[in-house]
Amino acid sequence: MVKLIVNGKSVTVVAEAETPLLWVLRDKLGLTGTKFGCGIAQCGACTVHVDGEARRSCVMPVGELAGRAITTIEGLATPPEMERAGERWRAGTALHAVQEAWLAENVPQCGYCQAGQIMTTVALLAANPAPTDDDIDSALSANLCRCGTYPRIRRAVHRAAKAIRP
Amino acid sequence: MNRRTFLLGTASGALAIGCAFGRTGGRVWRHHQRTGELQPNAWIRILADGRVIFTLDRVEMGQGTMTSHAAMVCEELEVDPTTITILPAEASRAYDNPDRQIRVQITGGSTSTKASWQPLREAGAVAREMLRRAAAETWAVPLGECVAIAGTIQHAKTSRMLRYGELVKAAARQDTPRVRLKDPAQWTLIGKSLGRLDIRPKVDGSGIYGVDVQLPGLLTAVIVRPPVRGGTVAKLDASAARARRGVVDVVQIPEGVAVIAEGYWEARTGAELLQVTWDEGHGGTLDTDALFAAFEKLASARGQRTAHDAGDAYEALGKGTRVEATYRAPYLAHATMEPQNATCWIRRGRCEVWAPTQTPGIARFRVAEAIGFDLDDVAIHTTLIGGGFGRRGLVDYAVEAARLAQRVKRPIKVMWSREDDQEHDWYRPMAVSKFVGSVEFGTGNESRPLQPGPGRITGWLHRLVAQSIVTHEAGDFLGARVPNATPRALRRLVSAGPPRMTARGTLLDPTSIEGAADLPYAIPNLRVEYTPAETGIPVGFWRSVGHSFNAFFTECFFDELAHAAGKDPYELRRELLASHPRHRAVLELAATRAGWDTPLAAGVGRGIAVHASFHSFCAQVAEVSVTGNRVRVHRVVVAIDCGRVVNPGLVAAQVESAVIYGLSAALKQQITHRKGRVQETNFHTYRSLRMHETPVIETHLVTSTEDPTGVGEPGVPPIAPALCNAIFAATGKRIRTLPIEAALASPGAAS
Repeated sequence: MVKLIVNGKSVTVVAEAETPLLWVLRDKLGLTGTKFGCGIAQCGACTVHVDGEARRSCVMPVGELAGRAITTIEGLATPPEMERAGERWRAGTALHAVQEAWLAENVPQCGYCQAGQIMTTVALLAANPAPTDDDIDSALSANLCRCGTYPRIRRAVHRAAKAIRP
Repeated sequence: MNRRTFLLGTASGALAIGCAFGRTGGRVWRHHQRTGELQPNAWIRILADGRVIFTLDRVEMGQGTMTSHAAMVCEELEVDPTTITILPAEASRAYDNPDRQIRVQITGGSTSTKASWQPLREAGAVAREMLRRAAAETWAVPLGECVAIAGTIQHAKTSRMLRYGELVKAAARQDTPRVRLKDPAQWTLIGKSLGRLDIRPKVDGSGIYGVDVQLPGLLTAVIVRPPVRGGTVAKLDASAARARRGVVDVVQIPEGVAVIAEGYWEARTGAELLQVTWDEGHGGTLDTDALFAAFEKLASARGQRTAHDAGDAYEALGKGTRVEATYRAPYLAHATMEPQNATCWIRRGRCEVWAPTQTPGIARFRVAEAIGFDLDDVAIHTTLIGGGFGRRGLVDYAVEAARLAQRVKRPIKVMWSREDDQEHDWYRPMAVSKFVGSVEFGTGNESRPLQPGPGRITGWLHRLVAQSIVTHEAGDFLGARVPNATPRALRRLVSAGPPRMTARGTLLDPTSIEGAADLPYAIPNLRVEYTPAETGIPVGFWRSVGHSFNAFFTECFFDELAHAAGKDPYELRRELLASHPRHRAVLELAATRAGWDTPLAAGVGRGIAVHASFHSFCAQVAEVSVTGNRVRVHRVVVAIDCGRVVNPGLVAAQVESAVIYGLSAALKQQITHRKGRVQETNFHTYRSLRMHETPVIETHLVTSTEDPTGVGEPGVPPIAPALCNAIFAATGKRIRTLPIEAALASPGAAS
C-alpha cells in the first residue's frame, strides 16, 4: 500500500513498491493520459510532474513517492482554487495555457507523445518563463516525437511563454 | 451521383446493405422510419435534433484525415465542420478504400484524400439536395429559391428558414438526386487551413488510444516471443511465472508464450520469470553482413527480371566515361510511438476487437480466420492510433488478442513492449543497387567542372536486389479483398497465389521497383533489372515503401553522373525532365526558394533531389555541414505538387513530418541481425531525430487544379538523396550506405 497525492487528491494504492509509477497511474488509477513508449526513460511519453519537476514515470518506483505531489496531464488544468473547493477536474473543461498553445499551433499529429511534451514544457516554463530556442532544445530534446511535430512544438512553447508572462 | 450503387452501412457496421440509389430513395425512408434519422449514404447521418454525424472511413493516425475528410463532406453539406460529430468507421465493406488498386478497408498508400475526393463531396451534396428538396416541398416554393446555409435551408423571398433537423423526415422521403458539385470559386472550406478537429483529446489526456482501452475485468497479456525467426518452444517451465502475484494464466499460442495478469507490470515481470528453451531452427544463422554480401553477389549478375528497358544500355556502357557504384539500404523498423497492442472480448458468439489499426478490413478477416468465426460475428473498433507509418496495415496484434480472448473467456489486452515492437516488426526491406552509368563530354568541358555544358548521360544500368513486400503482405490483403461470402478454402487459395509468385520472381513486385523502373529522366539507354531476394525476415509497408530506397539509390547515382559529366546537378535534372513538367516545376520551385545559385557559409553544402510517388511530385534542397562524423542539417526547402490542396496547413504538417521521419532513417536508423537477433532493441540504439537536431523546414505548395493526390508519404523519398548529395557538396564524400552516421563512422563505407 502506497499513499500518493495525484492531481491534488490523496489516493491509496495497492501496489508493490518497485512498480513503476506509470503502471500505477494507468492500470490502478485509470489515468491513461500518461503514455507508455519505451520503458527505459528514452522517449518521454510517460513524463509527469513530481513536486513540479518533469520526471519519467516508467522508471520511477512508486514506493519512493509516498507523500509526493504527482501531476499528470489530466490534472494539469486544475486551477488551485478549484482544487481547494474540492471540485473535480473533468476532461473537456478548462485548459492550461500550454495546452491552449498546442491547440493554437495545431501541434499534435498522432498525439501519443504530446502529453509528455506538454508536461515537459509546463515544467520548463515554470523554471524559465522566457526560454530561448537553445533552452527549448535542452528541455525538449529528451521527448521523442515520431510524427515530427518539433517545429510546431517550438512555436507552441514560445506562444505559451508569451501567454503566461505577466 | 449517376445512379451508382452505394452501400449503406449501419452505425454498428454489422450490416452492410446494398442500396441502389437513383429511382427511389425507399431505403433512406425505411431507415428513417426505424431510427428517425436521415442517412442518405454510408457516411452521413442527420438526426432530428439537428446533429450531423460523419463516419470517417480513413483512419486518423496523425495525418489529418479527420479534418480533411470532414471538410470535403461539410463543404457540400453546408455545415460547420467544428459542430459535427465524427466517428471512426467500424469494419464494413461499405467503407472499403475506393481506390481501384485497394478495395479493402485500409488507410494507406497516401490514398485517403485522392480516393475520397469525389465520393465524399458527392455524399455531402446528396444530403444537401435532399434537404433542399424537402424544404421546397414544405414551403411549396421553387427549388431554385432554397439555399443551404450553415446547417439550414433558407428562403430569402419570404425570410423563412428551417434547420436540417427539422427537415430530416421530409428529406428522407426524397428520391436520391443527381447532384452538381460546388464550383471551386464557391468553396469556403476546401483550400483553407481549417484547424485540426482531432487534437483537443490529444492535449488534455482524454483521448483513447489502443493501449488505453478499459473493459470490465480486463486482463493484460505480455507475449514472450522467439528470439529468432521461426523459433519454437522446445521446453517451457512456467511455474515461477504462475506463482507471481497478479499473474492469472500462462498460455501458449503460435506467436509465443503469453503471460496473462491483472496489469501490464505484473504480466511483464511475470514474463521475465518464464523458463523457455527455444528451438531456433535456421533463424539463428541470420546475419546482416552476410545478407548484404549475398545481395551484392546477386546484383553482380544480370537481374532475374527486366523492370524497364529503353535503347541499349549494355552497348552504351561500353562507350564514354564509365561510372560504377553500389548502394545499400538497411532494414528499418516503423517505431510508432504507441507500441503494438489490441484488446479483444469474445462473448455470446461475438468477437469484439479494439485496436489502433490502419485496416479494420484485414483485421476482421484475419481475426475471423484465427478463431474460426464468420466475418459477420467479428467487430473491429478503431481507437486513436499512436502512429501508423504502414506498421498498422499488419494486424498481428489483433490476431494475438483474439486467440487469447478465446482461451481466457475474459476481455484481454495484448501489450507489446518497445523491445517486442523493435524485434518483431515487419521491416522496410533491405535492398542493394549496383549501378553502371556512362557519360560523354562535349568539347572543353572537363576543364570546367560543374558548369552547364554539353556533357550528357548516355547509359544507365540499375540492378536492384530487394526483398518482396508483396510476398509477405499480399496474403492478408487479398484474403480481405474477396467478397465476404467467398468460401474459406477459396479465400485461402486466392490469398496464397501472388505471394508465391513474387517470391519466385514470376510476378514482378511493383512495390520493389517503384521509383526505379519509372525513372523520369530522358536517358537514351536505360535499363533496370530486378532480382527478388527472400531472407525470411518479415517485411512490410514502411512510409513510402519502395520509393524510400529507390529514390535514395537513383537520385544519388544521378548526382554522381552529373558530377562525372561536369554538369550542375540541378541543371542536368532540369534538362532531362523537359517532358515531365510537374517534376520540373517542383524542382525549379525548390531550387529557386532555396537560392540554389546563392553562396553558402564555409563548410556548408547544398544537395537537391526530386521524386514522384503516390501521384504527387516532391523536390527538396538540403543544406548541411559535417564536423567529423557529425552531420548537421541546417535547412530543408521542399516543393510539393499534390494537386488541389484540401488543407494547406495539414499538407505542410505532413511534409515536415515526412522530412523528419526520413531524416531519422537516413541519418541514424538500421535494423541489423546478429545470430538471428535484432540488435536495435529500443530507442537508445534505434535513434530518431530529436528537437535539437531538427532543421528549419520550408514548404512550398504548387498551385494546381488537378485532383488531389498523396501527401502522407511523398515527402519522405527525396530527403535521403538530397541530404547525401549535400554531404558530397560539403565534403566530397559519397554516402552509398545508409544510415549516414554509421557510414561516416566506418572507414571505407563512404568515399
